[in-house]
Amino acid sequence: MSKTVTLAHGSGGQATRDFIAKTLLPRFGNPALDQLGDAAALELDGSRMLFTTDSFVIDPIEFPGGDIGKLAVCGTVNDIAVAGGKPLWLSCALIVEEGLDMALLERVLDSIACTAESAGVQVVCGDTKVVGHGSADRLFINTAGIGVPVDGYRPSAIRPGDKVVVNGTIGDHETAIFRVREGLGRDLDLCSDCAPLNSLVAEMLSAAPGVRIMRDPTRGGLGTVLNELIEGTGCSFTIDEEALPIREDVQGICDIVGFDPLYLANEGKVVAVVPSARADALLAAMRRHPHGEDAAIIGTAVADDRERVYLETGFGGSRIINVPAGMQLPRIC
Amino acid sequence: MKYQTEFRDRSAVRHLVERIRHTADGMDEVKLMEVCGSHTMAICRFGIRQLLPPNLTLLSGPGCPVCVTEGAYLDTAIAMARLPDVVIATFGDLMRVPGSSSSLEREKAAGATVDVVFSPLQAVDGAQKSPGKRVVFLGIGFETTIPGVALAIKEAATRGLTNFFVLCGHKVIPTPLAALATGATRINGFILPGHVSTIIGTRPYEFLASEHGIACAVAGFEPADILQATLMLLQQLRSGTPRVQNEYTRVVRPEGNPGALAAIDEVFEQTDVVWRGIGVIPDSGLMIRESFAAFDAKRRIACDVEPTIEKAGCICGEILQGLKTPRDCPLFGKACTPVNPIGACMVSSEGSCAANYKYMEAPGE
Amino acid sequence: MCLAVPMKIETKDGSAGVVSYAGGRYDVRLDFVPDAKAGDYVIVHTGVAINKLDEDEALETLKLFEEIDEISD
Repeated sequence: MSKTVTLAHGSGGQATRDFIAKTLLPRFGNPALDQLGDAAALELDGSRMLFTTDSFVIDPIEFPGGDIGKLAVCGTVNDIAVAGGKPLWLSCALIVEEGLDMALLERVLDSIACTAESAGVQVVCGDTKVVGHGSADRLFINTAGIGVPVDGYRPSAIRPGDKVVVNGTIGDHETAIFRVREGLGRDLDLCSDCAPLNSLVAEMLSAAPGVRIMRDPTRGGLGTVLNELIEGTGCSFTIDEEALPIREDVQGICDIVGFDPLYLANEGKVVAVVPSARADALLAAMRRHPHGEDAAIIGTAVADDRERVYLETGFGGSRIINVPAGMQLPRIC
Repeated sequence: MKYQTEFRDRSAVRHLVERIRHTADGMDEVKLMEVCGSHTMAICRFGIRQLLPPNLTLLSGPGCPVCVTEGAYLDTAIAMARLPDVVIATFGDLMRVPGSSSSLEREKAAGATVDVVFSPLQAVDGAQKSPGKRVVFLGIGFETTIPGVALAIKEAATRGLTNFFVLCGHKVIPTPLAALATGATRINGFILPGHVSTIIGTRPYEFLASEHGIACAVAGFEPADILQATLMLLQQLRSGTPRVQNEYTRVVRPEGNPGALAAIDEVFEQTDVVWRGIGVIPDSGLMIRESFAAFDAKRRIACDVEPTIEKAGCICGEILQGLKTPRDCPLFGKACTPVNPIGACMVSSEGSCAANYKYMEAPGE
Repeated sequence: MCLAVPMKIETKDGSAGVVSYAGGRYDVRLDFVPDAKAGDYVIVHTGVAINKLDEDEALETLKLFEEIDEISD
């Protein structure tokens, strides 16, 4: 284990997973936490609820497609949604760097209010701290959320033959942020895909009862999440590279700097595993929803003790999709 | 014509695979080596090894500039990063490469200013915007990258900058091929690097065929390019006529790019350098000429560099020469993983070990 | 080594150029392709064009992929 904390620990890749497994779980482990789901499933006197938290530290604070406020609501709403819950209430804690422009803060707060309303959730408690100049990078936000499980939905084991479905194009968010931060390219229309997915997920669960499990592929991207999904299932995934929905301009930036869209963060995506008999119905329901217009069936589960994610190229070859070591960096090689 | 999808055409690939099988049929074991990290990546990414017949082995040579960057270079960069007024500007590839006791990623975590750039000219702009800082650009890469760095140094000179420096770790390609040609592994053919060749042309490779009888083909990077070059090599071997062929004619001319070569020659001169894991290869690297000494980090930036420590058990050098494979290394996948790399082969996404770890061939193919 | 992509020159102003690729436009240096002009394709590595793409040669290469050997199918 490294002696100091590095950015890789927070990147969502293998370093993050090792940190969780070796540093966090041994200290806190309990049945709810050990599930390592997007939200913790809790029970009190026969009532079930879902509880989750997330922190938001993005730079730049405002970006095409949203801002840190919108992200803070969507991130937590989506964690509850993909855990099969209807999100109800959020907390919102701000850590503000002294000197932050008040108008900017108000825009972010407006964004939180607006996104919460469109997602049908309420911000019911919060906190504000201000730290000295230089002690925080402008604004950090933490949100925690409570929801109730959607009737009739319980995550269940993936089985051979199941299909893997994603609701739209991958890599948009991280590419949009990267592009703005680096000032790369002109006239590029790239926006974050940041969006609350609870209403889409509700449609999905109603159209295709029997969905096994869902995840939102944030840091670490779709590739990381697919690896998380197959652990302990006795299955592998075969993913069809040609079926992956990727915007041409996102792929373009990836080609230029050497990114793999499979490992880029998304903020408005859900991946679901569904019995093959329900896959078409699920896809149709997703495509009818504004956040699922580009939904696609991207792969299949197969019985395989090796529990890997295989990407099939268009040429009859295939390769393994591993969990990346840390953040992707632009490369020349 | 977009020059990409056309060269990934599935039916062309299938057809080429068939022709390779036919041509290789009945031949003794053939060992082909590619010497370009981007070829290593493309072969893995497109799953090309699985398409080839069993008597054909594709080896990865020392074509990954990150992998062959010696520990002392990293240790020097790290020492400079620790100076309070220095900004390190680097390609992302170097961030996680282990030096003797640290890495640029760790130094950044400890407070050093290390900026990842995707063009050396970005570093020049950075120097201009921060006159109080000394910006040191880490110059690694082969001939594909070197002209851009030469351009950056000339640009800095034109702008009259006094705070832009390059720590030169550039290496050149044809020289090590001679070492590989006479090395312990009997290589039958080279898949030559398409973009290095864009700069240097095809003539520098002729000695490989004429003096060593090795089949050669300069290849592009799309699947059909690599397969067509492989086919050319097999045909040369089958007919006993080793020579230098060019598959990548849409980009590579026999004379290379004279303007780029002139820029390299204006700013740099050849010197002996150390290749990590291999040792000193004469005239295989570059140093900045006296006329541009003002931009040479080695000459202008004083710092204390810790003594370089080689890691026990690491066999990157033998892997780079095609003598061993990643699986032969006692550290592969155990002590040495992409998260905790020990040798450079595991860090660079094009390094044999990283490519193997990440893209391992699907079993059963 | 050598992540490089074929990009189309949209405008050229001395050694500075704007190229297009996959729905985006990018600034690159054109110092090493002095005879390239708007409409030509160039191979770009780290923001620098390293050569012009030759369409005739590209078409020849594509034809090469389709060749039939005497001994094969």
